[in-house]
Formats: sequence, structure tokens, C-alpha cells
Amino acid sequence: MKKAVIPALLLVAGLSVSLSSAQAADGAMLGNTCAGCHGTNGVSSGPASPTISALEKDTFVDMMNSFKSGDRPSTIMKRIADGYTDEEIAAMADFFASKPYKAADQKFDADKAAAGKKLHKDYCEKCHEENGTFDSDGSAILAGQWKTYLDYNLADFQAGDRPSPKKMAKKMKKMVGKHGVGSLEDLSNYYASQK
Amino acid sequence: MSNITRRGFLKASAATAAAVSMAGAPHVARAAGQKVVIVGGGTAGATAAKYIRMADASVEVTIIEKNASYHTCYLSNEVLSGDRTIESIEFGYDGLKAHGVTTVIDEVTGIDPAAKKVTTKANGDFAYDRLVVAPGVSLKYDTVDGYDATVAETITHAWKAGSQTVTLRKQLEAMKDGGTVAIAAPPNPFRCPPGPYERASQIAMYLKRHKPKSKVIILDSKEKFSKQGLFTNAWTELYGYGTDNSMIEWRAKSAEGNVTGVDAANNTAISGEMGTETKADVLNIIPAQQAGAIAVAADLVDDSGWCPVDKKTFESTKHKDVYVIGDACIATSMPKSGYAANSQAKVCATAIVASLQGKEMVVPSYVNTCYSIVGEDYGISVAAVYRLEGDSIKKVSGGLTPKDASAEQRKREKMYAYSWFANITSDIFG
Ligand SMILES: Cc1cc2nc3c(=O)[nH]c(=O)nc-3n(C[C@H](O)[C@H](O)[C@H](O)COP(=O)(O)OP(=O)(O)OC[C@H]3O[C@@H](n4cnc5c(N)ncnc54)[C@H](O)[C@@H]3O)c2cc1C
Ligand code: HEC
Ligand code: HEC
Repeated sequence: MKKAVIPALLLVAGLSVSLSSAQAADGAMLGNTCAGCHGTNGVSSGPASPTISALEKDTFVDMMNSFKSGDRPSTIMKRIADGYTDEEIAAMADFFASKPYKAADQKFDADKAAAGKKLHKDYCEKCHEENGTFDSDGSAILAGQWKTYLDYNLADFQAGDRPSPKKMAKKMKKMVGKHGVGSLEDLSNYYASQK
Repeated sequence: MSNITRRGFLKASAATAAAVSMAGAPHVARAAGQKVVIVGGGTAGATAAKYIRMADASVEVTIIEKNASYHTCYLSNEVLSGDRTIESIEFGYDGLKAHGVTTVIDEVTGIDPAAKKVTTKANGDFAYDRLVVAPGVSLKYDTVDGYDATVAETITHAWKAGSQTVTLRKQLEAMKDGGTVAIAAPPNPFRCPPGPYERASQIAMYLKRHKPKSKVIILDSKEKFSKQGLFTNAWTELYGYGTDNSMIEWRAKSAEGNVTGVDAANNTAISGEMGTETKADVLNIIPAQQAGAIAVAADLVDDSGWCPVDKKTFESTKHKDVYVIGDACIATSMPKSGYAANSQAKVCATAIVASLQGKEMVVPSYVNTCYSIVGEDYGISVAAVYRLEGDSIKKVSGGLTPKDASAEQRKREKMYAYSWFANITSDIFG
């Protein structure tokens, strides 16, 4: 039914509606399909899947592409990211970048969080600016992210399963060498403590 | 959280300013308060209500739902194993009220597409500009001799979560060690293709913990089933599948598996061409299904018993301005799942708002995922992204959890399954 209508319309309008604009990727249409796992507007209810709102456009695009290429390990995101074109990913990046971030309401260990706060300053703040609240240069937002998710990713970085920027790997190695693997747990508690 | 991403947010807004103004710009003059009525406030209906209001708060949205609260079928299998309470899968309609959705607790008894109104049992007629029909499935009791809605109170189907879920749980708790649980799995197509096998897994997990001499027999009306390789893998690893002491036994249709009757007095299932009798301590009969009764009564179904729709909008191909979403519609190649229902509802909501605003519908996009929890710290999944090609919904990516997934990945998939549950239920009802 609709199939017949569209070409007819195009003819009537003297092809003033170009096909490409009629078929442009729609950020909201695409982005809303993710809400079943990431929450409405990308704000996750947890306990493990990450909030993806308010990411910088480039960060989001890089993440989707690294899932696609398999550079970054995933349980399910490769299977999903593979389904989208560059144009669609860019449209979703705009959509999620425009949605406000909301820190997760979650439990944390206050002592570990205090230790993590100091570790963050010494080893991570340089790139994860403003206590990890600011997505600068593709570093994503750590403050208020779900702790279980941070733990998974810190474990993957530590094991070398998820590639990290060279300098970040160096800092982590130095930190773990000096403070032990428990320092990772301190850091995730710190980020979880931020509201 | 006040200044989180303050800077990032400013930059982002500049980048999207153009897109936003485009979407909201040409405000075509139109009658205020156009009415959308939604039959059924389940997964599909409630999602559509919320997303219509999010896209255009001038539209008056009314859900007519027969139950005062909704029990999700998803994760109801964990209620059977005792890993979850029935309360944890119950959701009310207050969250939707905050989005300006009116919910009327009543049953829709008739739809008049010519007069554009629906009739209810207790609250009279409701006029609509657009109607969404999302009644889920109805059970074809007549495909199993000796089975009906009354018998189902004791020999449950538990394929609509709620009181029967609790009954089945109580029967499992009361069963002696060494008992037999038999599950009759339905023919295609039906609600939640992996559901019966997740159910068998959850029951086996419970039995392994508390009644290890017991077993689960699946009597199947099919030759194969969803995620079969992953399920049998897990059963082999966890429940001795394939050995003489297996806690799960699966009988295909060709092995006399298809259940054709029930001898209720003897708690016995009758299956196959030979009329094989399986006496069980706990019997669970999941019959064949079709679209919810109201969709059948309103002439929205075709010969298959399901509702044909235009897959770009989910408008019925049988009646104008009536849309059918969720399990009731034919959305091949999407399965009948909660994730699919939620995703279809958003396509439909976008299409309805576009049609009310006199705009062109955007390119639709659809996603499905089904997680199954098959044991302690053991989750598996199937996922797919779809796009519209011609007039069919085509899978463009996706697939299954790899067979050789590590223990850590399986554990994470269970945590992600719980996350999916938390997020989808807040996306629907929050
Ligand atoms: C055991 C089990 C496990 C499952 N697990 C998963 C899973 O892990 N993941 C997943 O994605 N899916 C899962 N599903 C599938 C999922 O539950 C369904 O696909 C989904 O609920 C379909 O949504 P729906 O809106 O079409 O129907 P429903 O959610 O059933 O909603 C229909 C609503 O309409 C109401 N209604 C019907 N007729 C009328 C009427 N005449 N008047 C008023 N109200 C009416 C009903 O009361 C109901 O509330 C599972 C299903 C089962 C049975
Ligand atoms: C079935 C659930 C599911 C769906 C649907 C889903 N995701 Fe994900 N997402 C995950 C999980 C789980 C992870 C963690 C990586 C993994 O294990 O796959 C993740 C991680 C991500 C991340 C990385 C975030 C970070 O900070 O590291 C991004 C970005 C993302 N998803 C975007 C999307 C987008 C966009 C969509 C919709 C097109 C989507 N996801 C749909 C489950 C899902
Ligand atoms: C040299 C800069 C740099 C330093 C130092 C650094 N990081 Fe990172 N971090 C990054 C970048 C860039 C990314 C994004 C990488 C990617 O997606 O591949 C990242 C990603 C992450 C992520 C994943 C976020 C997500 O949502 O997926 C975590 C967690 C993380 N860093 C923690 C840390 C911790 C903890 C430290 C300190 C021990 C640290 N980082 C130090 C640059 C840095």
C-alpha cells in the first residue's frame, strides 16, 4: 500500500523530495531501539549495562566502531553494532550526545572510595578530567557509571583483553605495581560514589 | 551530578541544534488533543503510550487494560526456580501517568473501525483518531483434547505470568524428590521461542539443588527449537543431558513428543501418533497460540490467526487507522518477544505521531534480543538488528552467544540479562 504511495508522491512533487533526504537516518528512531538494554534516552537502570547518554559524538562513534571491528571485546555489542552504517552511527551519536547524563544511584564502599579518590588524582585525572565527570578526548564518563560495568572493563584492561591507550596502560601498570590489583576496586568504588 | 559533562553537553547541543530544529520545526496547524486509544497495556501497548507522549505531548493517549497491574512473562521462569519473587515481576501504571497517559482498567469487548470507536465492558465507548491493538496472544485450548481455561487453573500453561506462575511454583515446591515434571512445548509460531527451554533449565536448576532425583521431560511439537545448540550445551554441562541420569529429557515431535491431549484426572499428557501417555507429578501444558481474542473478534487476523500489518508503520492491512503491535502482529522475521514488542511499539508510535502531524514517516529500525538464564551464573542470548527491505523486516546483523563462551562471559551475560530486565521495564512503565 505505502509502496505505491511513495513513488507517486515523488512524481507529483516533481522529485523535489530527494530520496536521500526521505531515507536519512533518524537518530531518535535508531537510538530508541537501544533503550531496552541501556534505558530510556541511554540512562541505564543497571546493574551492569552502561549509561550511554551525554557521550561526545566522537567517543560514541569510536566505541561503536571498535565493537564492530572486534578490537574491543563484548558479550553482545558486536552483534548489534554490525547492523549499522556510518551514517546511522553518526545519527545515534548526535541523539545520545543531546541526552543528559544521570549518575547511577548505587551502593559503594566509602573507605575504598576515599582511597580511589586519591588514586584517581595521581593516575587518571590527566585524561579523565574533572574527577572523571567529563568526556574529554574520547575518554568517556567514569563518574556515576555503573560499578559492575566499570569492574568488567577495568578487569579487561588489566588482562589486556580490551586495548587501552598506551599511556593509560602505563599508568595502570604503575598503579597496580605499587598499590596492587585492589586499587582497581578502589577506583570503581570512587566513581560509583559520585552522584 | 550538577556539572557532570557541563562542557561536553554544551558542545553536543551545538552539534545537534540543526537536527533538533528540523524535527520540531514546521508546526502544521491541526486539531488539538487528537485521541489515541490503546487496547492492552502490556509490553507493546504501554511502550507505545509512553513514546507517543514523549514525541508529542498534545496527543491524548488512553490505555484500556483489563488487569490492574502487569506481570512480565520475562524472568517469570526465575519465579519457578525460586530465584525471584512474583512481586519483582509486577508493574503498575503510575509511571505512565507521569507521562500524561490515562489508563482505564477495563476489558475491550468490541472495535468498530468504521465509527472509529471501541466498546468496553464497564466504561462505555471510547472514540479514537488512531487505535493501537496490543492484546498479546490467546491460547488455542482446542488443540489439546481435554484442556481448557478451567483445567489450566491446576494443570497450568503459565504462559501469561501471574497467578498460574505462582501455582506452578507451588506445585514444584510440593513435589517429592524423584518426581517428574512434564512440559508440553507448542508449535511455531508462539510467544517467546526460547521460553519453554529456559523454563526447563530453571526448573532443572531448582531440582538439582533441592530434589536431585527428579527430572524434567519436554514434550515438543517441533523437530528443533530456538538456541538449541546453546541450550543442549548448557544442559550437558549442568544437568547431565544425554546421559542415563539426565535431569532433562527432550522428545521431538517425531519421537512422539507432540501433545494432543490431557487426561486431567490422572495428570497425564497424551502425545504422538501412538497416543503415548506421560504421567507427571507436575504437568505444564503450553498450547498453540494465536493473536489475542479481541484481535480475532475485530477481524484483524488472517487465516494464520495473526494480524497482518504494514511493517513500516504497523498499521493493519485490514482496517485503516488501526495499528497492531507485539505478539499479535505478523512481523516476520522478528520473533514474538518482549524486546521485539517494545521495538515495534516505538516504530508504531513514530508512525502514528507522523500521521497525526501530517508528516512523512522516517525510516524504521528494529532490534530484538532474548536472554535466557539456564543455570547459576550462566546466561545466553540471541540478538538481531533489522531493517525494512521492500515490505519485509530483514535481519542485518546479530546471532547467538558463541558456543565456546568463557565462564566469565556467561556470568556477565546473566548480569546483562538482569540489566536488560531493569532497563526494559523502566523503558515501558517508568
Ligand atoms: C515464560 C516466558 C518467558 C519470556 N521471556 C522473555 C524474554 O526473556 N525476553 C523477551 O524479550 N520476551 C520474553 N517473553 C515474551 C514476552 O513476554 C512477550 O513477547 C510480550 O509480553 C509481548 O508483548 P505484548 O504487548 O504483545 O503482549 P502482553 O505483554 O501479553 O500484553 C497484552 C496485554 O493486553 C491485555 N489485554 C488483552 N486483551 C485485552 C482486552 N480485550 N481488553 C483489555 N486488555 C486486554 C492483557 O491483559 C495484557 O496486559 C517471554 C514469555 C514467556 C511466556
Ligand atoms: C541486548 C542488550 C543491548 C542492546 C540492545 C544494546 N546494547 Fe549497547 N551494550 C550492551 C552491553 C552488554 C554492553 C557492554 C559490552 C558487551 O558486553 O557487549 C554495551 C555497551 C555499549 C557501549 C559502550 C559504552 C561504554 O561506555 O563503554 C555503547 C556505546 C553501546 N553499548 C551502544 C549501544 C547502542 C547505540 C545500541 C542501540 C543501537 C545498543 N548499545 C544496544 C548491551 C546492549
Ligand atoms: C593517557 C590518557 C588516559 C589515562 C592516563 C587514563 N585513561 Fe582511561 N581512558 C582513556 C581513553 C582515551 C579511553 C577510551 C578508550 C577506548 O574507548 O578505547 C579510556 C577509557 C577508560 C575506561 C572505559 C570507559 C568506558 O566507558 O568504556 C575506564 C574504566 C578507564 N579508562 C579507567 C581509567 C583509570 C582507572 C585510569 C587511571 C588508572 C585511567 N583510565 C587512565 C585515556 C586515559
